[in-house]
Amino acid sequence: MSITPLPVNPADLPPVAAPSVPPSVSHGVPMQRHDETGQVKPRRRGLAVRQDIPRAVYWGLAAVGLLVPLLLWLLAAASGADPVFLPSPAKVVARLGLWWDDGLLGDVGISTMRVVVGWAVSALIALPVGLMIGTWRPVQALLEPLTDFIRYMPAVAFIPLVMVWVGIDESAKVAIIFIGTFFQMVLMVAEDVRRVPMAQIEAAQTMGATATEVIEKVIVPSAKPALLDTLRITMGWAWTYLVVAELVAANSGLGYAILKAQRFLQTDKIFAGILLIGLIGLLIDQLFRFAHRKAFPWLHARH
Amino acid sequence: MPADTPSLGIHCRHLHKTYPGAGAPALVDVNLDVRPNEFIVFVGASGCGKSTLLRTIAGLEAYDSGVLTVGDQAVTGPGLDRAMVFQHYSLYPWLTVLDNIRFCRQLKAHTAERTSGDVEDAAGRADALLRLMGLTHVAKAYPSQLSGGMQQRVAIARALMSRPPVLLMDEPFGALDAQTREVMHDLIQHVHRLERTTIVFVTHDVEEAIYLADRVVLMAPRPGRIDSIHTVPLPGVRTQDMKLAPEFLALKRLLLDRIRDTSGMKTDLDLLAQLSRSAADVASGATPS
Repeated sequence: MSITPLPVNPADLPPVAAPSVPPSVSHGVPMQRHDETGQVKPRRRGLAVRQDIPRAVYWGLAAVGLLVPLLLWLLAAASGADPVFLPSPAKVVARLGLWWDDGLLGDVGISTMRVVVGWAVSALIALPVGLMIGTWRPVQALLEPLTDFIRYMPAVAFIPLVMVWVGIDESAKVAIIFIGTFFQMVLMVAEDVRRVPMAQIEAAQTMGATATEVIEKVIVPSAKPALLDTLRITMGWAWTYLVVAELVAANSGLGYAILKAQRFLQTDKIFAGILLIGLIGLLIDQLFRFAHRKAFPWLHARH
Repeated sequence: MPADTPSLGIHCRHLHKTYPGAGAPALVDVNLDVRPNEFIVFVGASGCGKSTLLRTIAGLEAYDSGVLTVGDQAVTGPGLDRAMVFQHYSLYPWLTVLDNIRFCRQLKAHTAERTSGDVEDAAGRADALLRLMGLTHVAKAYPSQLSGGMQQRVAIARALMSRPPVLLMDEPFGALDAQTREVMHDLIQHVHRLERTTIVFVTHDVEEAIYLADRVVLMAPRPGRIDSIHTVPLPGVRTQDMKLAPEFLALKRLLLDRIRDTSGMKTDLDLLAQLSRSAADVASGATPS
């Protein structure tokens, strides 16, 4: 759904500042320099604090930011570094080719399934629990300190416990992802819910809304954009627990492949695995951002 | 509320409220009778309790002791008989202007007695409010696309949707510029004439208070209390030129002086006067006292 700008009565618009002549002094720095011929040259403004730059410049610099490390990597590898210490990009790509023939898609599939299921189970519980913590102070008092405490426990340390409690099949991997994600998610959801402006809640109350109606018709819709952002960010964290999760008797998956490569010091495969996880994460992140723009047209509407 | 619901009065006797852990009480022995259909304004410096009293009437704050009734019902919490307009951040950004205005229609409190005539009436009501508040051309816009003045118009229309017998307004024009505020003053007067509702309005702006009110309730801080109640000696229908009338200016002067005397600002001003006198003495060569 796209929003077209509506014809608004100009008298109702906030006053528009008159177009200003570029000042000759900006941020205390003289804008004009005189060179030897006495000609006045404008100084570029790109470095002032929070100063915006054209989109082309932004994306140009972003491309540079990504390509320069790649270039450095190429040069470092080509300059004769030990290939175990630093495999060249060519080697990594070659390894990916071999891997493709050796079940790469299957590994990507099983790892993605583990992460997404662990994250989804987390979300299924964290959303209602976080909502309750953010809505009722007694619930917050009861649950938040405990959650805060558990949050700091390292998921890695839970591996032997998970093996005893759950076993060593898929649910064990999912459980590790869950432990790594759930407690952070609950606290973030509670925070998102608490950010709903009190005036929105009180307005509904003065219109006769019950507590359930306030939650259902004000708090949840109001918090939705923040909640979707929380889901996006926690999905990123869930991915970082993949390798940890696949420590539990895995025999497939990207994390498993990285761990196996580690044992044989196949650094090119380790690089390949890590880069692949990064790329998948980036793709999912972009999908979330796209969903955010589509789901909340009112947030991205033009003024 | 059906179209023939009358506006209600507010009755307040010996109302007390102290926030736990606070130094001075927020409200002390408040006695007030607001007549049905009256436009009454609470005015005073910060901390005088005007917003607290308004929110207590709204049922958003509890009171410690005393009597508070609207119509003949004791106030025990918020309800659809007392609609409220807030200063900002109360509109629902995910709903269009029209859906914001119609919001109360989806609440159980409003669907209790639903007839088809009621549904028709609601559609007509929303349309009428859009026209009354000058919002027809932005009915499908989102609040974020509107200026502050337009947003407050939506907030007022939304509050009026259910024909509340009492309309409470907490510094609704405080965040607006002077020109927009003038337009809103005449708009809210117009609304009050057309809609049968009691309006309780809170502001720190004395001019706004006198311009809008039938009666002005002057409040003072530390502890929060009603200082005095003044009937505005101007005809019911106000025009902007009345702001220069002698009665207007006299009342304005009276209220401002009273605010100064009761808010502790007088001490600051006396101190300033004393300091500038000493400075003048030093400058003229006389020895400082």
